[in-house]
Order: sequence, then structure tokens, then C-alpha cells
Amino acid sequence: MSVPEDLNIDRIANLARIALTPEEKAKFSAQLADVLTNIEKLKQVDVTGVEPTAHAFPVYNVWAEDVAQSGLSVEDALRNAPAKRDNMIVVPKVVE
Amino acid sequence: MSSELFNKPISELAALLEAKTITSVELTQAVIARTQTVDERVKAFNSYDTADALAQAAASDARRAAGQSLGALDGIPIGIKDVIAVTGQPLTASSKMLANFVSPYDATVTQKLKNAGAVIWGRLNLDEFAMGSSTENSAFHTTRNPYNLDCVPGGSSGGSAAALAAGEAIATLGSDTGGSIRQPAALCNVVGLKPTYGLVSRFGLIAFASSLDQIGPFTRTVEDAAILLQAIVGHDERDSTSFKTEIPDYRAALKTKKGPWKLGIPKEYFGEGLDPEVAAAVQKAIDYYKSLGCEIRPVSLPHTEYGVGVYYIIATAECSSNLSRYDGIRYGHRSADANDIVDLYFKSRAEGFGPEVKRRIILGTYVLSSGYYDAYYLRAQKVRTLIRQDFLNAYNEVDAIITPTTPTPAFKRGAKADPLAMYLCDVYTIGVNLAGLPGISVPCGFSSGGLPIGMQLIGQPFKEADLLAIANAYDSAHDWAKRTPNL
Repeated sequence: MSVPEDLNIDRIANLARIALTPEEKAKFSAQLADVLTNIEKLKQVDVTGVEPTAHAFPVYNVWAEDVAQSGLSVEDALRNAPAKRDNMIVVPKVVE
Repeated sequence: MSSELFNKPISELAALLEAKTITSVELTQAVIARTQTVDERVKAFNSYDTADALAQAAASDARRAAGQSLGALDGIPIGIKDVIAVTGQPLTASSKMLANFVSPYDATVTQKLKNAGAVIWGRLNLDEFAMGSSTENSAFHTTRNPYNLDCVPGGSSGGSAAALAAGEAIATLGSDTGGSIRQPAALCNVVGLKPTYGLVSRFGLIAFASSLDQIGPFTRTVEDAAILLQAIVGHDERDSTSFKTEIPDYRAALKTKKGPWKLGIPKEYFGEGLDPEVAAAVQKAIDYYKSLGCEIRPVSLPHTEYGVGVYYIIATAECSSNLSRYDGIRYGHRSADANDIVDLYFKSRAEGFGPEVKRRIILGTYVLSSGYYDAYYLRAQKVRTLIRQDFLNAYNEVDAIITPTTPTPAFKRGAKADPLAMYLCDVYTIGVNLAGLPGISVPCGFSSGGLPIGMQLIGQPFKEADLLAIANAYDSAHDWAKRTPNL
């Protein structure tokens, strides 16, 4: 397990797509170092041969009949869009 | 105070409605009037729609007059945590990100409550995206504890617990990822049930940590919890983690399942950090079970101390993935001053999320990032297996486990500014989510300062009927819930 100093806040914020202010970076780095130090305790546990648990009661292979069902109307689907025009969501230019 | 309609349990009100002693419109008006009187101080609601509630109540009265009552919940006003979708109503998660979002559809639990005739009432405050233990992380306002307005109501479902305690609803729904139903229930003197993972559909619940989240009821009595649970359970093909299991009659089980039970007391939950008054109140409840002839046995859950660490790896990892959908494109907050599409993601998320949500996304992104996945996430999932195994081993010997719900009664607003101190509040409730078990908090006393204390009963997977019967054996013989706050 790593030591908390490894936490490169710029790299992580970039992966998370969140712009942080310098104040937030300083504050979060210190707070997360605290939390990670606490989490280091997990190193003490012997997990040799232990299977990981992703879900307490895993449900596998949930199939649904391939039947068309009515969904939201265009009006309902676009109701919460920040910007829309002609039944489409407007976004900034994505090609150069 | 207890004679007021707005302070009565569902079971009593259902009888009054059925006998036509009262109407749903009268009951709903009483709840609305109470809310308008006290919510300025309690601040449990993000919003409510009185015209809509009264229209639902009038429809309920018309059904009953025509002899077509839908049962015990028909005409009962039920508040909904503001992470559960109700068609045409706001759905904010107490976040700026969703401040203007309006639900285009009903959550499955909402639809089920409507099918049962309930009056869907109001949107209840929470810690932003259900991340927190005090409701102080709401982007809008902090909900107050009705028993002491300087104290927190707990969280994240603080609005759901406080509204019920204050008489602003007859029951409420919340969601529980690491204790978010049971902890505020304990702090506000109400019953709070987190069902077994997979028993209640999460379709229409805003996702926080998908392997842990469950929806559950807040009520005044265990009997009411049985009534409300009955209405919301069941397999749902729109939630792929929904479990197919036989659903018993929970309310009938309160009478048919009589014990005496074998109850386990895990020493790890009664150690350092437990407030002496909380310990004493829970011990008195244990003594009551003993007086009923129950066998009280010590059990051990040796991996308890790792619960908080495992939780904050798994929950943050899952939240960093779930919350990636809030990108300012299809819905939610969009930054007004972005230069291009990538800048739009960064700025929309920076402006839309509050500090705790950002912290958790950052932590979750870190533990999942290349080079750290095995050390953190995979190891946490393995320790999770051991925590779950601890409980299953204990259930070879006992029917249920009794613990305090929280280490202390409600704390003052602002008292836990350090995130780690706040995370440690959930030490007794987290294991239940990691193991996927049902857990219920039941009022069991008050501190010398007049603050409520709750005990937690932890049951076996999908055995809510037994858990409720055990909880009811105590609850039906005590009347802590009748001690309503002075507001």
C-alpha cells in the first residue's frame, strides 16, 4: 500500500474532471492524507486466499425479454437539458 | 402533544381513516399546517407542494367514500428524501448540480407508494448526494435536530428523520449507504430500517455507492415500519441487483413470531469511544430482552475496526464512477464561462459540486487509479468478505445482533469540521451495509441533556420479518416515541 505523499492532487483532479482552486488543492491534500493514513490500517489484515466481495448478494446474468417499450417523450427527455434546440441538446463545438 | 393527528403512527391513523372519523384531507391539512409552523426552525424540507398533496388526499377520500380504499397507507402523507424521483417534482440531491432538475419519472418505490394510495409529501433535505452524517453538507441549508435546534439531526437522511420527529410527515423514506437511515433515526427518536441489499428496488434513486445503497422507511413505531416496508419491497426488473425472494406479511409476523430469541452482543461495538449514557440505555434494552426470556450471548465481529476504512475506499470508488454522469451536458448545472467541451466538464463539476462531494470523488478516483487499484480497492473488497463472514459466523449462534446505533447522541452543528471525525460517526452502522444485512434503529432512551438514543438490531439476510418481530417486542412495550420535541 502506498504512502499518502503519493497523492498527486493535480493528476487525480484531472482524471476526475474537476477544476480545483489552489486553496481546495491544499485543503483536500491534507484531509485526504488523514483519511488515507486511517485506511492504511487495512494493511494489517491477512487477506491471503480471500475472495473479493463486489456485492453482498451477487445476481448474475439478468436477462430481459427483447421487447420494445415506450420510453420518455422527447419533451420529457429534454426537459432538464441545459441548452436545447430542434429536439437536440446543444453542446460546445467538439471538432476542430 | 401526542394527541395531535400529525404525531400519530400510521397504524392509528389508518384505523381513524377507515372508520371515517377523519379524512385524508383533514390529516394532510394538519401535517401541512404543522410544517408551515415549525419548518422555519427545523428546515427539514427542500420544497413541498401543498396543492399537489391536497389533491392526492382528496382523491384518497373519494376512493374511500366509494368503498375502494387501497389499505393502511391510503391517505397517509409520506415525505420523500430528495434523492428519490417523483414525477413532476424537483429532485435536487441537495446539490447545486441538480438545483433545477425536475423528475421526468417516478422511482419504483414512489410508484409503489402511489399504488398503495399514500399522499406523496415534500422533498426532504440531505447531505449533498447523501454524502455525510449531519445534513451540514446540504448545498441549501442545514436541517436541525427537533430535540435541540443547536444539534444536527444526523445524516445523510437528516431531513427524513427530523421531519418525522417534528410532526411534518406521518412517515418518510430515506436511503442508507453507510448508516444514512439508522444514524439520523437514532438521533431523532424515530424508527429507521435499512432493508437487506436487493430487497427494495433502487430504480429512480440517485446513485451514490451502488453496492451499498438501499431505500428504507422512517416511522414512529416498528409496526409502522412493517406496514411501510410491505408497500415498497419486491423484485423489479429495472434494478438488476433486485433480488427475487418470497415476501412475507411483515405486519402479521409481528404477532406470529414470538421468540424467545438468541441475541448476540458484539464486544467490538461496546468499547472505546462509546458514550456511557448510550451504553447504559442500550444495556437496559438488552436487559429487557433478557426479562422476556431471550438468551443473550457474547459474539465477536473481529474485523469491525476495519469497517470505516473499507467503506471509504469502496463507497468513494463507486461514487467517483456514479457521479461521472454529472458533466453539464444532458442535465444538471452547466458552467456559463467554459471555453470548450473539456473546460465545460471541469468548470461545471467545479461549480456544481460542494466540498464533501469533491473530496469523495477525488479519493475514489485515487483508489481506483492505475497503480493503486490492488493496494486499495481490491484489498478493501477482500476485507469486506471477512467483515461479511464475521456476521454470517455469528448467525450460526444467534438470531440477531444488538448494538448501539451511534457512539454518541446528536452533536452540535459545526462540531465535526474534520472529515475523518465525521466519517468515524458511522462506525457501528457501516458493517451492515458492507455485509448487505438488514438493520433497524429503535428509540431506547434519552441522554441527561434530553437527546434521543437509539439501539441497532441487525438481522439475517432477507429475514426482515424476524428482525421486525424482535424489534417490535421491545418497541411495543416502550413509549419513547411518544416523547415528542417541544417546538
